Amino acid sequence: MKVLVPVKRVIDYNVKVRVKADGSGVDLANVKMSMNPFDEIAVEEAIRLKEAGKAEEVIAVSIGVKQAQETLRTALAMGADRAILVVAADDVHTDIEPLAVAKILAKVVEEEQPGLVLTGKQAIDNDMNATGQMLSALLGWSQAMYANNIDIEGDHAVVTREVDGGLQTIKVKMPTIISADLRLNEPRYASLPNIMKAKKKPLDEKTAEDYGVDVTPRLQIVETTEPEARQAGEIVPDVDTLVAKLKEKGAV
Amino acid sequence: MAVLLLAEVNDGTLAMDATAKAVTAAAKLGDVTVLCAGATCAAAADEAATIDGVAKVLCAEDALYGHRLAEPVAQLVADLAADYDHVVAPATTDAKNILPRVAALLDVMIITDASGVVDADTFERPIYAGNAIQKVKSSDAKKVVSFRTSTFDAAGTGNSATVEKIGAAADPALSEWVEDKVAESDRPELTSAGIVVSGGRGVGSEEDFALIEKLADKLGAAVGASRAAVDSGFAPNDWQVGQTGKVVAPELYIAVGISGAIQHLAGMKDSKIIVAINKDEEAPIFQVADYGLVADLFAAVPELTEKL
Ligand SMILES: Cc1cc2nc3c(=O)[nH]c(=O)nc-3n(C[C@H](O)[C@H](O)[C@H](O)COP(=O)(O)OP(=O)(O)OC[C@H]3O[C@@H](n4cnc5c(N)ncnc54)[C@H](O)[C@@H]3O)c2cc1C
Ligand SMILES: Nc1ncnc2c1ncn2[C@@H]1O[C@H](COP(=O)(O)O)[C@@H](O)[C@H]1O
Repeated sequence: MKVLVPVKRVIDYNVKVRVKADGSGVDLANVKMSMNPFDEIAVEEAIRLKEAGKAEEVIAVSIGVKQAQETLRTALAMGADRAILVVAADDVHTDIEPLAVAKILAKVVEEEQPGLVLTGKQAIDNDMNATGQMLSALLGWSQAMYANNIDIEGDHAVVTREVDGGLQTIKVKMPTIISADLRLNEPRYASLPNIMKAKKKPLDEKTAEDYGVDVTPRLQIVETTEPEARQAGEIVPDVDTLVAKLKEKGAV
Repeated sequence: MAVLLLAEVNDGTLAMDATAKAVTAAAKLGDVTVLCAGATCAAAADEAATIDGVAKVLCAEDALYGHRLAEPVAQLVADLAADYDHVVAPATTDAKNILPRVAALLDVMIITDASGVVDADTFERPIYAGNAIQKVKSSDAKKVVSFRTSTFDAAGTGNSATVEKIGAAADPALSEWVEDKVAESDRPELTSAGIVVSGGRGVGSEEDFALIEKLADKLGAAVGASRAAVDSGFAPNDWQVGQTGKVVAPELYIAVGISGAIQHLAGMKDSKIIVAINKDEEAPIFQVADYGLVADLFAAVPELTEKL
């Protein structure tokens, strides 16, 4: 079985986000970019499936600007076997919408015939939480989102999902789309030798046109603004003062 | 305009708070038809019919919908969508799982976690862990939107909308439910509680999380946690507050042993009053707290529990 892992290049989760003064979006020029943290978890899980003999090949795919190559090299350094870059934008500020990403991924799936697509739960830039579900609909496959445990058992997978009420376990038919939640695993760091080796692994470059997918956004960004900032309040000296303040406010 | 709202129904019970908040948002768009789907859902449908602003309730009662599996529910919603301009739901994990599938079946983009309705095509939604608010205008013929419940007040009740039974859609037969692990609790539900007490890595262990729970019980509050507390096994996953956990906006939020990473703030910074208890006076949580107490939680929390 091949496993396809879509990885997105996003602003590093430690970077302080700045909204551009003209309201057109968030400033991404010269800021540190990384692999979406949920996608690191997905890559890790795919590699573990390979190590456990449940998968033969792990293919990382990224859709966006050319610089997403770096993200793919990270996936290769972690242990993915090869990578596909689909160039669909040339400005780092252009985000490809989940529907278009899912349509491109559906074409890649058609070509590669993976038994499993492992996405991240959500991209931490647009916070959409949609791509895996959309891909699943387009392919007519089953879906198991927000996984915290995955057991592949022949023609089906048993997946435990993180849901509002706690945990839900479902059994889905293969091939399937699974999205990784935070507690699925702890991703490894790429070692230096593996980073060197990754440079020689195959990385195919395609474009959205190659797949015949129109990436024109359906959502026009009218404006991007900063949320109202919260003011820091006061430091109280002790518990008694805190209790008095809260009572005064009618909060308790 | 006609709006189809997928209600949150679990085991035949309507999640009233989440659904009524979504109705408030949906009512800004047009006439709201609420869809209740479940193995049993007559009682839920009757309850949904009492929500002010609801024009009609559809009740799809079938074993197929017993566990809100994404594939059959999405198929049902997509089949019904022809008669509506908007398909919406409260942004619960169930709806986050189901609605994007519906949108793709309809070949439209989804607008997730909308925090504001500007007009029938235009919505606001937080991005980058709430560090920016984006206003987007959809050019799709149909709009599929999930609403962030913490920013809308629940619609009132007293209505008596008509309830119509509808049949099930085709069964995609792709997945099966195996089991739920849901902790029973007498505490209020996290996303609708008036007070939330949350613990972080600073609490140190699962046993010591009892300190947080005791304070919560004294206040009749729900219990929350940071990701670090959940990852460390101090608290269950459904207590996580934040960018990728639950979003809460209670009257009072008490953060104990939580540093205040942006991913945590994303889930609680709209709370009315924020209290932070942390031994590190430099902790970023103090920058958003109305009242900060620089103290060791193991002394401060029991004292607070006693004095309240
Ligand atoms: C993709 C992604 C998604 C994430 N999503 C979320 C999310 O949804 N929710 C979330 O919370 N986090 C999330 N995080 C994690 C986030 O970045 C932080 O790592 C996390 O919030 C830290 O949790 P914490 O504050 O409990 O731990 P720490 O940052 O370790 O802080 C512990 C605090 O406890 C204090 N402390 C220690 N001992 C005591 C004591 N005895 N008395 C008083 N104070 C004490 C310390 O001074 C410190 O400030 C996410 C991260 C990523 C990458
Ligand atoms: N441009 C992209 N390239 C590759 N993978 C993506 C892209 N956008 C989204 N994904 C995948 O879909 C997941 C969910 O993203 P989203 O729906 O945007 O929140 C991510 O964690 C990735 O696995």
